[in-house]
Amino acid sequence: MAKPYIMLVDDEESFVEPMQKRLDKRGYKIIAAYSGDEALRQMDTHRNLDVVILDVKMPGMDGIESLKEIKKKFPLVEVIMLTGHATVESAIEGMKLGAFDYLMKPCEMDVLTAKVEEAAGKKHAHEEKIEKARIEKVMSTRGV
Amino acid sequence: MILTVIIVSFTPMVLVIAILLQQFNASYHEKTHAHLSELVQKHKQNIDSFLQEKLSTIEFLASTQRLSRLNDNDFLYETLIKLRRDYDNVFVDLGLIDEKGIQRAYAGPYELEAADYSNAKWFKKAISEPEFISDVFLGLRGFPHFIVATRVKKNGGFWLMRATVNFNAFNSLVHNFQVGRTGFAFILNRTGEFQAKPNQEIKPCSQCYSFFWEAVEKTRNNILITRWTDDSGRENLYAVGSLKNGDWLLIVKQQAEDAFSDLNRMSNIALLIFLVGGTAIIGMAAFTSKQMVRRIRKADQETEMMNKQIIETGKMASLGELAAGIAHEINNPVAIMVEEAGWMGDLFEDEPFAESKNLSEFKRSLAQINTQGQRCKEITHKLLSFARKTDTTLKDVQVNQLIQEIVGLSEQMARYNKVTMATELQPDLPFITISPSEMQQMLLNLINNAIDAMSKSGGTIKIITKLSRLEKDHIVIIVEDDGPGIPESNRERIFEPFFTTKPVGRGTGLGLSICYGIVQKMGGKIDVHSTVGEGTRFRIWIPVQK
Repeated sequence: MAKPYIMLVDDEESFVEPMQKRLDKRGYKIIAAYSGDEALRQMDTHRNLDVVILDVKMPGMDGIESLKEIKKKFPLVEVIMLTGHATVESAIEGMKLGAFDYLMKPCEMDVLTAKVEEAAGKKHAHEEKIEKARIEKVMSTRGV
Repeated sequence: MILTVIIVSFTPMVLVIAILLQQFNASYHEKTHAHLSELVQKHKQNIDSFLQEKLSTIEFLASTQRLSRLNDNDFLYETLIKLRRDYDNVFVDLGLIDEKGIQRAYAGPYELEAADYSNAKWFKKAISEPEFISDVFLGLRGFPHFIVATRVKKNGGFWLMRATVNFNAFNSLVHNFQVGRTGFAFILNRTGEFQAKPNQEIKPCSQCYSFFWEAVEKTRNNILITRWTDDSGRENLYAVGSLKNGDWLLIVKQQAEDAFSDLNRMSNIALLIFLVGGTAIIGMAAFTSKQMVRRIRKADQETEMMNKQIIETGKMASLGELAAGIAHEINNPVAIMVEEAGWMGDLFEDEPFAESKNLSEFKRSLAQINTQGQRCKEITHKLLSFARKTDTTLKDVQVNQLIQEIVGLSEQMARYNKVTMATELQPDLPFITISPSEMQQMLLNLINNAIDAMSKSGGTIKIITKLSRLEKDHIVIIVEDDGPGIPESNRERIFEPFFTTKPVGRGTGLGLSICYGIVQKMGGKIDVHSTVGEGTRFRIWIPVQK
């Protein structure tokens, strides 16, 4: 299975940069966005994104709002919330709103990649189900 | 305070009672005196007119009849019978005496014809005055009587027409006199002899009666009211009036105690009211002021405690904010550092570095950076738990069950430190609505602290739950140990973040501040009692939702 296509959203560049490098080094296709707005714009152009890693606390549109927008426009894309401790509540709220999971900063790379794989797996499984359903639909209409 | 109340209450009461009593006293005296004066005045008139009437009768008889008739025993006898009939036996006898003192004619029950009065005192006095009323005396007949006599001039010589008046008839005029219980009347002549017998035994007191004489003469025909203490120490009230043109004294004597008995009773009642009221006032004053003082003291204590609590809460709240701020500010840089270190670690995997001879040192160093980063993360995590709400899924929890789980968790570590765990849980405690994970964290903190404190000596940790008696609708959880205790200097600070007595690197100083934060959030409270050398006891009150 192809490596998941990831977008990392965080307002803090110095955090995004090494993270991006490390994920890239591990063979993930990764792009970065530094705000909620930017993330949504990027998603318009990168339609095949699998997982968005989203910081909860950002200036401007914050993580929760961004999440709502993302889920509205791209319901299939899985979102992993990234949070400092102070924002665990909002991470939980995010999960209620459809985020896949949350991670606390700073997080182990292995834990992060595992979560990402998991999320991507869920997404693919979901897509497959949809594909399957579509095929069944096509089949059934043909059968008739 | 008490004194002021008493003075303020007493002053009007004393004034009112004193003024009223004074007024009453004065008017009562006036009334009593007026009453007595009136009585005496009336009796005086009665007696005076009684005497005057007898005298006038004799005068009339003497002046209207001729001497030859007056000198006739039969005529006198007839007249006596008539007089007796008219005057109700007042007259005892009648007699005509010549100027030498020989009784020429006589009518009466005694054999007194030709009796010689020339040497009798009364005769000497009577013959020198136009009319005469004698004092009471025994005379020739040997029992008390008095004489009414008038002098007439007939046939060129003085003649004395005299009548004896029945002493008993006269006596009854004063004898029946009675005022109150002890008041009675009597009549005295100038020498202090009784002219009319009182109805009570009385010892004449010459000293006081001579005083009366003087006083009465000064008052000129008015009634004298005075007080005199007699030999037995009784104070008596006297009303004195003169009779018979100042020859006799009519005296009414009443014991002052009796005359003013109403007044005395009144005074006694007033005194009783005063005493009872006074006692009540003093009692009330003492009681209310004591109660007020107690209430004020209690209010003061409460205020003080409240202030202390407010300060404490405020301190903790600002510390919490500070901690949260620090945690945020530190957490992000730490995250970046850890990421960068991770990136360096990733890069070491690449070719040119793989052969570097210090590779293992680099790797160890990076691992250390990572580890310390994680430690920072833990600290900020704890700080934030103190400051903010973390996992806040509220559940209805049976506290005993939770405690048993935690005791189970801690027992291994406790045994390792020679510490015994004991529980004393009251069954059927009501459910409390809390976050179980927070409760766990709190209890674990307390238990771990206790274990740490007793790690050298070993000991017992006891966890007690019960319904609080102090706080209504609260469950109290007590965690106590018999360890070394907390010195007093530290006791106030143990709930502050970063306050620790453990060696550097062993404790963060956040455990109890987290407990404090959690309990506050639950709407409960936590306190600590500790005696150095005996042990420490934490008490946590958690409200029961109704």
